[in-house]
Amino acid sequence: MLRFILRRMLQMIPTLLAVVLIIFVIFSVVPGSFITSLMSEGRNVMNADVLAHLNQQFGLDKPLPVRLWDYLWGLAHFDLGISYRTRSPVWDVIEPRLWPSVKLALAAMGFAAVVGIPLGFLAALKPGSVFDTGTMMMAVSGLSLPEFWFGLLLMYVFALHLGLLPSFGYQAGSVRYIILPAVALGVSPMALLARTTRAGVLDVMNADFVRTARAKGLSEPRLVRAHVTRNVLVLVLTTLGLQVGSLMGQAIVIEKLFSWPGIGSLLVDSVSTRDIPVVQGTVIVIVLWFLVINMLVDVAYAAIDPRIKVT
Amino acid sequence: MRVRFNFALGLVLALLVIAAAISAGWIAPYDPIFDADLMNSEMPPSWAHWLGTDGQGRDVLSRILYGARVSLTVGLVSQLINSCIGTALGVSAGYFGGWWDDLVNGLTNVMLAIPSLVFALAIMAVLGPGLPSLLIALGLTNWSWTCRIARSSTLSLKNQGFVQAAKTAGFGDTNIMRTQILPNILGPVLVIATLGIGGAVLAEAALSFLGVGIRPPQPSWGNMLTDARELIRTAPWASIFPGLAIFITVLGFNLLGDGLRDMLDPHMRTRRT
Amino acid sequence: MSGAPSEPMLPDPVLSVRDLRIGVGRGNELLHGVSFDILPGETYGLVGESGSGKSITGLSVMGLLKRPLQVTGGSVVFRGQDVLTLGRRARRKLRGDRMAMVFQEPMTALNPLATVGRQIAEMFVIHRGMGWAQARRKAVEALESVRVPAPEERARSYPHQLSGGMRQRVMIAIALACRPDLLIADEPTTALDVTVQAGVLELIAELCKAEGTAVLLVSHDLGVIANMCRRVGVMDRGRLVEEQDTRALFENPLHPYTRGLLAARPRLGSRSPAGRGRLTELDQVVTGEERGREAPTLTTPRGLRLEASA
Repeated sequence: MLRFILRRMLQMIPTLLAVVLIIFVIFSVVPGSFITSLMSEGRNVMNADVLAHLNQQFGLDKPLPVRLWDYLWGLAHFDLGISYRTRSPVWDVIEPRLWPSVKLALAAMGFAAVVGIPLGFLAALKPGSVFDTGTMMMAVSGLSLPEFWFGLLLMYVFALHLGLLPSFGYQAGSVRYIILPAVALGVSPMALLARTTRAGVLDVMNADFVRTARAKGLSEPRLVRAHVTRNVLVLVLTTLGLQVGSLMGQAIVIEKLFSWPGIGSLLVDSVSTRDIPVVQGTVIVIVLWFLVINMLVDVAYAAIDPRIKVT
Repeated sequence: MRVRFNFALGLVLALLVIAAAISAGWIAPYDPIFDADLMNSEMPPSWAHWLGTDGQGRDVLSRILYGARVSLTVGLVSQLINSCIGTALGVSAGYFGGWWDDLVNGLTNVMLAIPSLVFALAIMAVLGPGLPSLLIALGLTNWSWTCRIARSSTLSLKNQGFVQAAKTAGFGDTNIMRTQILPNILGPVLVIATLGIGGAVLAEAALSFLGVGIRPPQPSWGNMLTDARELIRTAPWASIFPGLAIFITVLGFNLLGDGLRDMLDPHMRTRRT
Repeated sequence: MSGAPSEPMLPDPVLSVRDLRIGVGRGNELLHGVSFDILPGETYGLVGESGSGKSITGLSVMGLLKRPLQVTGGSVVFRGQDVLTLGRRARRKLRGDRMAMVFQEPMTALNPLATVGRQIAEMFVIHRGMGWAQARRKAVEALESVRVPAPEERARSYPHQLSGGMRQRVMIAIALACRPDLLIADEPTTALDVTVQAGVLELIAELCKAEGTAVLLVSHDLGVIANMCRRVGVMDRGRLVEEQDTRALFENPLHPYTRGLLAARPRLGSRSPAGRGRLTELDQVVTGEERGREAPTLTTPRGLRLEASA
């Protein structure tokens, strides 16, 4: 198993490299950066000398391949560069934002799983019923819902009208602040999980071995518990993992809406201020999260499904 | 049958939005940008303003109607671009194989690892806000699934007799790809594209909401929500209706896509019974 | 009673099916009143083409018909009780315990995520109230009885680690675990390699003989039927058209359909008196009128499942 994990981690590297390359190239096309935006926006018009000095300080006067190489070299030493805006290491800017984002992602996923999976299960056990149709309609709606609008509505109802929950902000260790953003973020994954679980249960219930179990005389509850659940889990796990992996990216808008100090809002801020090193660093972190989650999903699969050989 | 109901409802909603977008110029009661009556700002829905007014006295209904143009343009055009890129890459990768296939696969994997909103955000940062940038950004973001499907369909089609037969008959590669393979993959590609329209509309709204998409005063459902956010206490309708518009549009195309998928290819369905 | 010698009393049949009718939806009848008896310990064969209704007959006895299909008439008397009148719970209690079934596809018939031993042991836990530890020991014994080598090790294996023939033996072990009175075997060897088929059939024959288990063997394969069954029923399009002792059937088929079925067998060898010749299609021997009224054949589209959703 350990070798498997190591191998997967090695496989992540080319993908990461490609991502870095792409982002780097995209941003090198940017006609300006934070530096030049200082010049155009300001009441202080910077003269050419200062500009040149700044450029040199940040290595922006070197040609693209050299810059790329420098960056990669830095990456290999876990050095993400210096933020244009704060002049401090990018990692120092990113690091305090990590945990809030992870917390939000896990909370949202927890909500999605706890609500979505049982709903999907129940819907599948009574296919064609009113409950089933209703649940699936709800699922399609959940997938079509703009989550920031939903978040706004939640804010309105629960925070402003009813005054039950805070509408923005973050407080470490407190649960109240995470509820609204987690629910807003979790609606879409919940809907998808409900649909996927339902499809999975229907597939499994139609499988041959379930027929065998019935022929053995098992009662429905026992059958579902002993034979169906695990098999459905195997089918649902992929979706679950994919959702968690992409949540970091999807959380961007929710973080902005609820003033949640996470990676997503950092990305938006640094994009609007053209703080390229921070943008690059943030994207790398987000992609890394996705890849790591994917790997964990594969590990979980290998643990649950005996058919998968772990080499 | 539930499948037909999905398709029908989706079609109705989608057509509704399309109609709104096309006819905005004629049926909108006010100009979305210039009819700003500050004296009448933040007014609740009334006979004069069916959906109320926003923070600058502009008619919400008119802005929503014009916003439909933006959303639909972005949705349809970006998906068109996505489909073209995805199909071109996928079919050629499946057909020719070899190093090209490896390259496309690697690229697809990388694209799948980057959340689409993040990628779009990065591109918008480079291109600057506005409709053309949005079209390019979203057009470049979501082609991965189409590419995958196109590739696997091409691979399975390649293994069937008629491609070989066409080759022996002397047909050129491009000809074969165009006349034999393309018609067969149109179905799944169409389904993905339809479902993707909803995603593109949501993405545009999100980007505009964040301020990097369509900039005000140009109305977009997303940036309407940005403005409305400040007013949520005093003028909640300014938040409710644009979001509702987004919801209805995306729902329509999602249902349409679901219905199409169930009708075209039973293997792709999410099981009805 | 007078002093005249009395006939030997036939024991009561284990299974007595009378006028069984199965339909789909409104007005579509698939089984048009099928009747037959199976005596205790007897191996009875049900032969016919695909779509003749033999599989759904077996399924209806077990109570595993899937929702669009349902029993629309007749009775199924098992050990003196019409199971069609029983409630679901009572019917379920019979399944696995007094009547058992073995299916055609051993590849997919077992839960891929549970060990083989556990799946056998489950029978003892449910029907005999044993604890798991004891049940697992009995499971190993069961594996031994179906001649699976290294039974303790095998009990810890997962289904995908076994061959098709081995899996079918596991299925038999499961089915016979509680020593049922009736075993329904629906094409048990059709999906197996030819080399393995004989062994599995022998196993079934031997074990059932030892325990006195009656067998309803459903097959389209005349060879299988000939080897295993004492009596045979021939089914065509939802009707039982002929029923005889096996030998008699082969030597002197009565119904035109049976004749056609037998004539359609491939002839082996170039030295047979009739020469190799071409296969005789059923339609060439039996005319439409002889086969009787048009009746809907149940052709199942791929993937359509006919069995119960409980």
